[in-house]
Amino acid sequence: MTNIIETNDLGKKYDRHRRWALQHCTVEIPAGKVVGLVGPNGAGKSTLLNLAVGLIAPTSGDITVLGKHPGDGPSQLARVGFVAQDTPTYSGLSIANHLRMGEWLNPTTWDSDLAHHRIRKLGFDPRQRAGSLSGGQRAQLALTLAIAKRPELLLLDEPVASLDPLARREFLQSLMEIVAEHGVTVILSSHLVADLERVCDYLVVLVSSQIQLAGDVSTLLASHYRLSGPRRDPRSLPASQEVIGQSHTDKQSNLLIRTNEPILDPAWVVKPVTLDDLVLAYMSRARDDGRTINQGLSVVR
Amino acid sequence: MIKFASLQFRFQAYVALVVLVIVGVLFGVTGPHLVHLYNSTVAPCAAHNDCQSAILALTNTDSSLQTFGNALIIFVPALIGMFWGAPLIARELETGTFRLALAQGITRTRWLVTKIAIVGLASMVVTGLLSTIVTWWSSPLDRVNSFVQPGNVAFAGRFSSLIFGARNVAPVGYTAFAFVLAVAAGLILRRTLPAMATALGGFVATRLVVSSWVRPNLIAPLQRIVGLNDKAISSLSFNQSDGRFTLTAVASIRNAWMYSTHVVDRSGSAPTSAFLAQACPARNGGDPLTSRCLSKVATKFHEVVTYQPGSRYWTFQWYELAIFLGLAVLLSGFCLWWVRRRLA
Repeated sequence: MTNIIETNDLGKKYDRHRRWALQHCTVEIPAGKVVGLVGPNGAGKSTLLNLAVGLIAPTSGDITVLGKHPGDGPSQLARVGFVAQDTPTYSGLSIANHLRMGEWLNPTTWDSDLAHHRIRKLGFDPRQRAGSLSGGQRAQLALTLAIAKRPELLLLDEPVASLDPLARREFLQSLMEIVAEHGVTVILSSHLVADLERVCDYLVVLVSSQIQLAGDVSTLLASHYRLSGPRRDPRSLPASQEVIGQSHTDKQSNLLIRTNEPILDPAWVVKPVTLDDLVLAYMSRARDDGRTINQGLSVVR
Repeated sequence: MIKFASLQFRFQAYVALVVLVIVGVLFGVTGPHLVHLYNSTVAPCAAHNDCQSAILALTNTDSSLQTFGNALIIFVPALIGMFWGAPLIARELETGTFRLALAQGITRTRWLVTKIAIVGLASMVVTGLLSTIVTWWSSPLDRVNSFVQPGNVAFAGRFSSLIFGARNVAPVGYTAFAFVLAVAAGLILRRTLPAMATALGGFVATRLVVSSWVRPNLIAPLQRIVGLNDKAISSLSFNQSDGRFTLTAVASIRNAWMYSTHVVDRSGSAPTSAFLAQACPARNGGDPLTSRCLSKVATKFHEVVTYQPGSRYWTFQWYELAIFLGLAVLLSGFCLWWVRRRLA
C-alpha cells in the first residue's frame, strides 16, 4: 500500500511564536483511508494540515504529499482539496460565483456537473450570497468546492467545530457519501473524538505539537485493553504490556494497556477500549509527560 | 484567475465608473464656457489693454470647480491606494479566504500577480481618465497662470506642486505607487485598517520628498543673466528695514519654474546696504526707487536667474511617472517575494 503523506522529523515554528507548533513529526499515512487527526486545541493539527497543503513551509524536516512537495506547482495543487478552518468563503459572492471561481481556478480538473448536482441536492439557491449562509451551509459549500476539483486527497481542518449537532451529522454524512462515491483519501481534524468515531478508519493523535499515536482504528482497538482488578503496582506487569493510563483507589487499580499478546493474569477483569478511552489516555499521558519535564526543568533552575 | 480577480473587483469598478461619469459630465458641461471665455476675453486683451481684468475674470470663474478638480486628482491616488490597494490582500488574510483561493489549482504567484495587475491597471486607467478630464478643463486657466507673474521670486506656474501633480501623466504614476504600497502594507500587516493608515502616511511622505527634494534636483537648472534695466525684469523692490537696504528683482520668464534670483556684481556679491543708501537716498520719506537710482545700481550690478525652462515640463512629467512606476514595480516584486516566502 502506498503512503499518501510521509513526513520525516517535520517541524514548524512561526516567526511570532517562541514555541514549536509542530515538532519531530514522523508519520506515514496510507492511501485510501479516512484519517482522523485528533488532539486538543493548539496541538498543531492546523499546522500539520497547512504544511500538507503547502500553505506554509516547514522549519525543519520534510513532508511529501502524493510523492511530491506540497504546493509544488498547479498540477500538485490540483491533486489536493482543502477545507480550511472556519470554512472560509467570500461573503460578498453568491454560491453561483463560488462555483465559477472553482471552474476558473481549476481549469483542468473542475467537475462542474458534480458541483451543480451537489448544490441542487443541498437545496441551495445559487443566487444566495455566501455571507447569508448558516455555518453548516457554508461548510457544505466549502466541501463542494473542495470535492468538485476532484482531488486525490481531501484535507479538512476542523470542518465541524463550529456546527450544531444536526449540521455536524449532516456534514459528516455528506463526507462519507463522497468517500464512498469517489474513493478519495480524507484527512479531517477535530478536537472531539466523537466527530471522528463514526467516519474514521485511521487515527492520528497529536498532543503538544508531537504525534502520540498513529494507526488503523481496528488495529488500535484490538491492541488496547482496559484492565481492572485489585490494586497493584503497574511496574509489576509483563514487559509486553505497556501502560498508557492508570488510576488507582485504595483497593483497586484501573489500567489502560497496549499489548499484542493475550492477557493471561486471571486477577484482571479485561474490557475492550473505546476510541474515546484510547485518545483520552494518550492525551493525558502526553500532558503528564509534559508536566514531568516542566517540573524537572524548574528543579534545574 | 483574470476572470475571478475581475469578479472580485466588480463593485469597486462600478463605483469608479459612476465617479468617472459624474466628473465627466460636470467638467464636460462647464469646460467649453471656460474655453470660450479665454478666446473672447483673454486672447484679444492685449489689443484692448485690459489684460489684468480679463485674466482676473477668467481665474475667478468656476473657482469651486477649479479647487474640486485639483483636489480630486491630488486625492484620487491616495483614495485608490486606501480603498482598492489595502484590502486587496489584507481582506483575504483577515477573513481567511486566502486559504480558499490558494487551495485551488493556481500558484500563489499567479494569484497575487493577477490581482495586482487587474486592479492596478484599472487604478491607472481611472486616474488617467480623470487627469485627462481635469487637465483639459483647466487648460485655459493654466495658460493664463503661466504668464501671470505674481511678483513672486519662487514662481513655478505649471511646475507648482499642486498643478504639476494634478495634470497629465504624473498622477498615473502616483496611483500605481499608492496602490502597490497599500497592497504591500496589507500583506505585511494582515489587517485592512492599519494598512490603509500606513499606506496613506507612506504615500504622502514619498510625494512630499519627491516634490520638494527629488524633483528640483532631477535636472540641473539653467542660469540667465539679466541686466537690471532690462525689460525682462517684471518687478523690483527696494526694502528698508532696521536701517538696512536690500534690493530684490524678479525676472519674467514665461512658463518657467523659477528657483532663485540674485542681484550681484561681477564678483558675485550683493550690493551692500551702504552702497544702496548712498546710490538711492530716500527723499522726504518717499520711494527711493527712482530710475536714476536704478541706473546707478545697474552700472555695477546685474541679476542672475536660476530656473527650469517651460520646455522641460514634459521631461519632468515623464520623469515623475517613471519614478513612481519604478517604485511600484519594486514594491510589486517585494510583494511577490513575501507571498512566496513569508505568507502563511
